[in-house]
Amino acid sequence: MRAEHLPRFPRALHPGAWWLWAVALAAAASRTTNPVPLLLVLAVTGFVVAARRTSAPWGRAYVAFLKLSLVLIVVRILFQALLSSGAQGPTVLLTLPSLPMPDSSGLKLGGVVTLEAVLRATYEGLQLATILCCVGAANALGSARRLLRHVPGALYEVGVACVIALTFAPQLVTDAARVRQAHRLRGRDRSGLGALRRLAMPVLEGALERSVDLAAAMDARGYGRTTDAGRSSRRVTATLVGAGVLGVCVGVYGLLSGSSPDWLGMPVLVAGLLATAAGIRVGGRRTGRSRYRPDPWALPEWLVGGSGVLAAAAVFLDVHRSPASFFLASVTDVPPVPVLATAGILVALLPAVAAPPTPVPVAVAGPQADRSGAPRGEVAA
Amino acid sequence: MIELDRVGVTYADAPAPVLAGVDLDVPEGELVLVVGRTGSGKTTLLRTLNGLVPHFSGGTLHGRVLVDGRDTRTHRPRDLADVVGYVGQDPLAGFVTDTVEEELAYGMESLGLPSDVMRKRVEETLDLLGLADVRDRAVADLSGGQQQRVAIGSVLTTHPRLLVLDEPTSALDPLAAEEVLATLQRLVHDLGLTVVLAEHRLERVVQYADRVVLLPGPGLPVVSGAPGDVLRDSPVAPPVVELGRIAGWDPLPLSVRDARRLAGPLRERLDDVRPPAEPVPQGRLVAEAADLVASYGRVPALAGGDVRLAAGEVVALMGRNGAGKSTLLKTLVGMKRPAHGRVLVDGLVPADLRASELLRHVGMVPQVPGDLLYAATVARECEQADRDTGVTPGATLELFARLSPGVPLDRHPRDLSEGQRLTLALAVVLAARPPLLLLDEPTRGLDYTAKHRLVDILRDLAAGGHAVLVATHDVELVAEVATRVLVLAQGEVVADGPTADVVVSSPAFAPQVAKVLAPQRWLTPTQVAVALAEAAVTP
Repeated sequence: MRAEHLPRFPRALHPGAWWLWAVALAAAASRTTNPVPLLLVLAVTGFVVAARRTSAPWGRAYVAFLKLSLVLIVVRILFQALLSSGAQGPTVLLTLPSLPMPDSSGLKLGGVVTLEAVLRATYEGLQLATILCCVGAANALGSARRLLRHVPGALYEVGVACVIALTFAPQLVTDAARVRQAHRLRGRDRSGLGALRRLAMPVLEGALERSVDLAAAMDARGYGRTTDAGRSSRRVTATLVGAGVLGVCVGVYGLLSGSSPDWLGMPVLVAGLLATAAGIRVGGRRTGRSRYRPDPWALPEWLVGGSGVLAAAAVFLDVHRSPASFFLASVTDVPPVPVLATAGILVALLPAVAAPPTPVPVAVAGPQADRSGAPRGEVAA
Repeated sequence: MIELDRVGVTYADAPAPVLAGVDLDVPEGELVLVVGRTGSGKTTLLRTLNGLVPHFSGGTLHGRVLVDGRDTRTHRPRDLADVVGYVGQDPLAGFVTDTVEEELAYGMESLGLPSDVMRKRVEETLDLLGLADVRDRAVADLSGGQQQRVAIGSVLTTHPRLLVLDEPTSALDPLAAEEVLATLQRLVHDLGLTVVLAEHRLERVVQYADRVVLLPGPGLPVVSGAPGDVLRDSPVAPPVVELGRIAGWDPLPLSVRDARRLAGPLRERLDDVRPPAEPVPQGRLVAEAADLVASYGRVPALAGGDVRLAAGEVVALMGRNGAGKSTLLKTLVGMKRPAHGRVLVDGLVPADLRASELLRHVGMVPQVPGDLLYAATVARECEQADRDTGVTPGATLELFARLSPGVPLDRHPRDLSEGQRLTLALAVVLAARPPLLLLDEPTRGLDYTAKHRLVDILRDLAAGGHAVLVATHDVELVAEVATRVLVLAQGEVVADGPTADVVVSSPAFAPQVAKVLAPQRWLTPTQVAVALAEAAVTP
């Protein structure tokens, strides 16, 4: 058995597996406003991130996304309670001083705040927050940048552009901070439009110079050397991939929205996937690039990705069978616990043990390994 | 390996060619050093070797460039990627991926090499360049020397026959530079690679070179030959060569070791002469920092330093990268408030001052002088500075013209040479006449001529009552201009004293002349020349 099939052997999991797992959970969350499965999804992502995140900078993404989601829920409640005039319920929590607004605007300012409105806002906010946290988990577990390495050959240029953008964006922020500090040295403490212009000039000029340097370096290192294909082949690739991606988007929308006709879901998605695959195959033939140490897709990847897909499938099936327990008729009732969906979501906990632990550098691991395992005599010898 | 046949380069819209009639023949396995003043076309020459000029830069190339039998007219840079490895001035700007290992593999991926070959070559290159410990690290987090080695490694993996490097050590501290140069020498000696490199800091590289190509500037023919011969009359020369010229040694020494073996008689002649005692300036106390503690998150920066700066002093701040030099400058200029301790400039706390008041008390030229500049022309930049500081209109321009005469005023600041841009930033900062002036790494990218100008300017400023603090790695600059040296290590001041006391005995910070003439305390060739001339007059 090769090392990559062992869930215990430390290595970085294929980022695609993490993203598949997280996106599947997000899709599951998008089908319900019942807080029970939503909170369960949140708990699952949090647990897996705590167990398997890396110490790299992006490993902290989950906490950032979690904070953002809390803010989102609070904002949602405030808007619903204070501003929306529709869908208030009978249970009045408190009455705020109100400003009269014309009825036609559909708005109110202040006035009665009802339990129903607050709860509904909380549940809807929770749904968005859960989806956000899934994205955060994907970021924390599999670096987006490493995911871009797996862009197929036909889309290689797009992938490179994305990687460069990911590098340049933080660089721009550091540059801007540096230039701002420098402007203090010239005795400028006022802010405003003029200050912005003076900031933008050196930062943008610097960015432009760096791009030209990078382009020269890439050219000198053989970029684009093997990708000279005929114009027609390039056009075929672009058309196929473009149409395919569009098809996938429409298909996914059809599947998730729940209210669109059946033919808009699966059939369009499959057609889109086929077109994309064909385009990528045609385009892939023209690139003569090879790939250094591609991430393997082995047993742990199947387990991680599969557990996410299974969870989503269970939720979708359950929604199909008993929609009432996913879209609550009365928000003040105790929310029901959908059994199948709950079981499915719990399966998504699997990566906490099935994904390989993240490796630590050898120099750090050495003494620890000695302490825990190897017999002393061997080390001394 | 390289054949240049009457090569000339004219950029679009340029009135005169950058290079004209260059003939050059470099056999395999040589280390060629390209020298010349700023703007003499060094970078252009290097870029013709892999076709970046003219394919990437535009412009017209006359004559013929043959590299390993391939003509750059018909081969684009990417077609030469397996023959020529090109490393540009800023290694960080050339990195395409984000970890060391992927960066090493990038070139091979572009060439479509099979995966087992790539795997083997990456491991070999990691070992060859001593990068195995950092293989998984992000390139942006590495030290300058490591980044430069990654940049070299990333072009080596395609197994080129020729390596071209543009100023590989100019941004590095002396020890990191040695690291990179030792690597290059190993590549030349063990792998038989041909290496062409341009460098301003000749004192670091000239001893390793088999051949020197001197670009004397527009209109003059290119000189190429053995280093000793070319440097005899070169306008740019390292201090050890200048000392050799003064002492009349033949052949000219290129390294400290050669010079030391020739220096016996000179040391005897200088035995009765004492080096001129640097007058210790006794100006008023301009700035004072006591018990400074500062950190960035969990990264410690300053751990209790005491610094006092008096009017009339030029103090050099030395220490390896990350020793806390920049942080000390930042606390003095109020950009960073220390976590503990006291900073007083002119009796005021700089972090409390408003920017418009601050610049009357302390001025700083940052590591990238261009950060200070944002106007479209030199003239407008100076007018802006007049307005910012409230001095009489035209004063800044006058100051700039004195510091750097003959610069067209309608030039965009980005189009100036490094040295001119530095003096423009200096003029802008000095317009308000701050008693304390801070410079962060000012000699990066400066040629010897520009450096001499800077030395003169700094001496004038000190004589005019300014206190000057220069953070630098450049030991020769320190020897020329500093009256006192502060050495920082791990955020603490580990040495503080007159220049000669601190640098003469230090292996890393001693200038070449001090190394040649130790234990005598001479620092610069000029000191020796003056002493010899005086000794000749009064026997």
